[in-house]
Amino acid sequence: MSTAVTDMQQASPPESSRVHYLNANYGIKSWLLTTDHKRIALLYLGSITLMFFVGGAFAVLMRLHLIEPQGALVEPDTYNKLFTMHGIIMVFFFLVPSIPATLGNFLVPMMIGARDLAFPRLNLLSWYIYIVGAIFTLYAAISGGVDTGWTFYTPYSSGFSHTQVVPVAVGVFITGFSSILTGLNFVVTIHKMRAPGLTWFRLPLFIWAIYATSIIFILGTPVIAITLFLLGLERLLHIGIFDPAIGGDPILFQHLFWFYSHPAVYIMILPGMGVMSELVTCFSRKKIFGYGFVAFSSMAIAVISFLVWGHHMFVSGQSIYAGLIFSVLSFLVAIPSAIKVFNWTATLYKGSVSYQAPMLYALGFIGLFTMGGLTGLFLASLATDVHLNGTYFIVAHFHYIMVGGAVMAYLGGIHFWWPKITGRLYPDGWARFAALVIFVGFNLTFFPQFMLGYLGMPRRYAVYPAEFQVLNVLSSAGASILGVGYLIPLIYLMWSMRYGPAAGPNPWGAKGLEWETPSPPPTENFEEIPIVTEEAYDYANPPRAVTRG
Amino acid sequence: MSGHVVPVRTYISVFLALLALTGLTTGVAYLDLGPVNTIVALAIAVTKMLLVILFFMHVKYSSGLTRLIILVGFFWFAILVALTLSDELTRNWTPVPTPWGLIFPLIRGLL
Amino acid sequence: MGDAAIHKSHSAEFAHQFEDMEQQREAGSLGMWVFLVTEIMFFGGLFACYAVYRALHLQAFELGSRLLYVRFGAVNTVVLIASSLTMALAILSAQTGKRKSVVMSYLVLTMILGAAFLAIKFTFEWHHDFVEHLVPGFGFQIRPEWGNVSNQVPMFFCFYFFMTGLHALHMIIGMGILTVLTLMASRDRFNEEYYAPLEVTGLYWHFVDIVWIFLFPLLYLIGGHYAMRGGH
Repeated sequence: MSTAVTDMQQASPPESSRVHYLNANYGIKSWLLTTDHKRIALLYLGSITLMFFVGGAFAVLMRLHLIEPQGALVEPDTYNKLFTMHGIIMVFFFLVPSIPATLGNFLVPMMIGARDLAFPRLNLLSWYIYIVGAIFTLYAAISGGVDTGWTFYTPYSSGFSHTQVVPVAVGVFITGFSSILTGLNFVVTIHKMRAPGLTWFRLPLFIWAIYATSIIFILGTPVIAITLFLLGLERLLHIGIFDPAIGGDPILFQHLFWFYSHPAVYIMILPGMGVMSELVTCFSRKKIFGYGFVAFSSMAIAVISFLVWGHHMFVSGQSIYAGLIFSVLSFLVAIPSAIKVFNWTATLYKGSVSYQAPMLYALGFIGLFTMGGLTGLFLASLATDVHLNGTYFIVAHFHYIMVGGAVMAYLGGIHFWWPKITGRLYPDGWARFAALVIFVGFNLTFFPQFMLGYLGMPRRYAVYPAEFQVLNVLSSAGASILGVGYLIPLIYLMWSMRYGPAAGPNPWGAKGLEWETPSPPPTENFEEIPIVTEEAYDYANPPRAVTRG
Repeated sequence: MSGHVVPVRTYISVFLALLALTGLTTGVAYLDLGPVNTIVALAIAVTKMLLVILFFMHVKYSSGLTRLIILVGFFWFAILVALTLSDELTRNWTPVPTPWGLIFPLIRGLL
Repeated sequence: MGDAAIHKSHSAEFAHQFEDMEQQREAGSLGMWVFLVTEIMFFGGLFACYAVYRALHLQAFELGSRLLYVRFGAVNTVVLIASSLTMALAILSAQTGKRKSVVMSYLVLTMILGAAFLAIKFTFEWHHDFVEHLVPGFGFQIRPEWGNVSNQVPMFFCFYFFMTGLHALHMIIGMGILTVLTLMASRDRFNEEYYAPLEVTGLYWHFVDIVWIFLFPLLYLIGGHYAMRGGH
């Protein structure tokens, strides 16, 4: 019964008569005081999209500035603020919450057959906390910005920078609690609220990925919270524990900072890997190759990610013995990621592959994430890192993973579940076009940066030697294409919410409990809580029909 | 904890034990045991913590999942301390490079 | 099948995302334990820094520690342990269906003990330290008898104030929650079937007690208070 997904199946009668979570209540209060996880997911979707474009605007300014070796646009001090704000907003206000707060919030209860998360009011609170944190940070941005880099290294941040370090630290501190509450909610929900028959090893791999991500939220975020708190205190009191004058060690700040921030990068990629497992199986009409391996590798990534943070500090003055330990452990963490890539590729093999937009994003992910991951190995090796650290090689490495990986997975997931979330179909022709524009724009932006880094161009510099101009101009040209590529989905997705054809419960013919309920789902998710009898991704058997309610 | 009722007697005994341990740790601080002072203080603190966790927090009557979660919390704290100290305490271990010309006399001197 | 279970529970406190009260209670408890793990890591960051600097600057830490009053630290330890007992007894009395006045009395007693802790800390300890110029950032004065580790003694006091301050903040929050619980108890919200908020707050309160169980020896009892070296 495995047929390729050729056309998105049209829906039946108009659902204007049916009550679902979008039309169950009207009015702004029904949205701002909602406890429905699906509405909260949309609140997050709106805010995160806004922050993405704010962070992107900073990137646009940076790339415009860098078309000239002596800088084309701004003063060096301003440039420092641009890359700092770009990093802070993209990391803390876009990437970290992106998939968990939008797709996670929407799908976790649905995929496990529950009616909501364990703590719906905490869920709403976590969105408000995110908004308050974002407001602090945006306030700091418009009242002068911060120039310390998103890494806030002491002693510059604690004692010498004359910028808005404290408001931004407060903003990120506050937003951290949003992550913590989200992670807590997911862990409790997944442990306690699975539908009858849904054992751990029948869960969709997206749930495993979200669970692993939540573990990182819970164990890592509090450490950056206390770190930023200590940084703020030191700035305000002009004395503190990172101050060498009283025997303090600025590198200790880096230990505390990276203890969270390295696992944070796995927060940013793990959910994307979870989306990948869903997309690759659906668009190959095949069950995942090696379910157990993929599930355990998510957990392994979450655990090992906490053991490698010192690889960000190889040239900081850290002891070489610690460096050796961190280097070995960093090679280890690459293994579970590689296992996943092998498993997705093996799933494609002899599958019935179709190339709708979500699959294009998934295929792009496989290639680009692999490149990003492999270049990480150069950085895990002490000897090569000495040359590559602080250069554009690092910038390219993490953008390949964060943008070529995480953002592509995010977009793939948004497109895949869009019919479920909105009850509308988006125009797949435009979506495929946008995916290709993004792919081309992305590679043109960031591949030259590998070369720049290898050739020695430092990162976070407002000026550069003239011999690097060609590569910089190529990168900036790519950035303009990438920017356009990101605007296209914004337009057609919003268009589809009003004018897109109505979607049926399962336009992709996918397996999963979320597809066994109408699109958009009713507020309580399911008429009756389903009973699970199948393994995950059992594409050999057709998806269950939905009883329309 | 699933509705398990702990008798008052148990709570009082634990309370008295905690008081005794507090007295003990305070008293030991007035004895000069060198580095053992710290070990004893930490051992007593850990014992007090276990009493609070097992009885006041009902972990003695709780599920394996609860215990696992607690262990994970402490283990992660241990990771932070251990790997950070692996740097902070070994900074001065970095050997000073020895010129080749001095290596052979050095080896000969050691033999 | 699931819907029958939902209608199983007629308690006013039942939250409809759950199947039954049992699942709700277990979820609430699990949620609080997960939150306490985040607190272990939050305080843990401070404890980790403490471990580093104590290892690197032991002498300065010993000098600083001897300037703290062990008697107040010890009394406060006893006060907090007693408050954990009263909290456990509050939960027990709800669990065994005692009158609401019993539950409320234990809760109020817990708050009184908490307030006593804070009073001792802020008036006898912190205020005294401020007057003695031992508060970093607020007129800290180096004393000549500290010798060649003088510059590092403020580091000890940074930890003293940050750690006990963060702990005190958690106590204040706890007392706020206890106030809410007392109000809830006064409105007959708790009984043998439903006392989950008490249970869950108890976990939080005991955790704050455990933090102090470690803070006391680590801050007050370093370096010994041997009579000949002249400590408090």
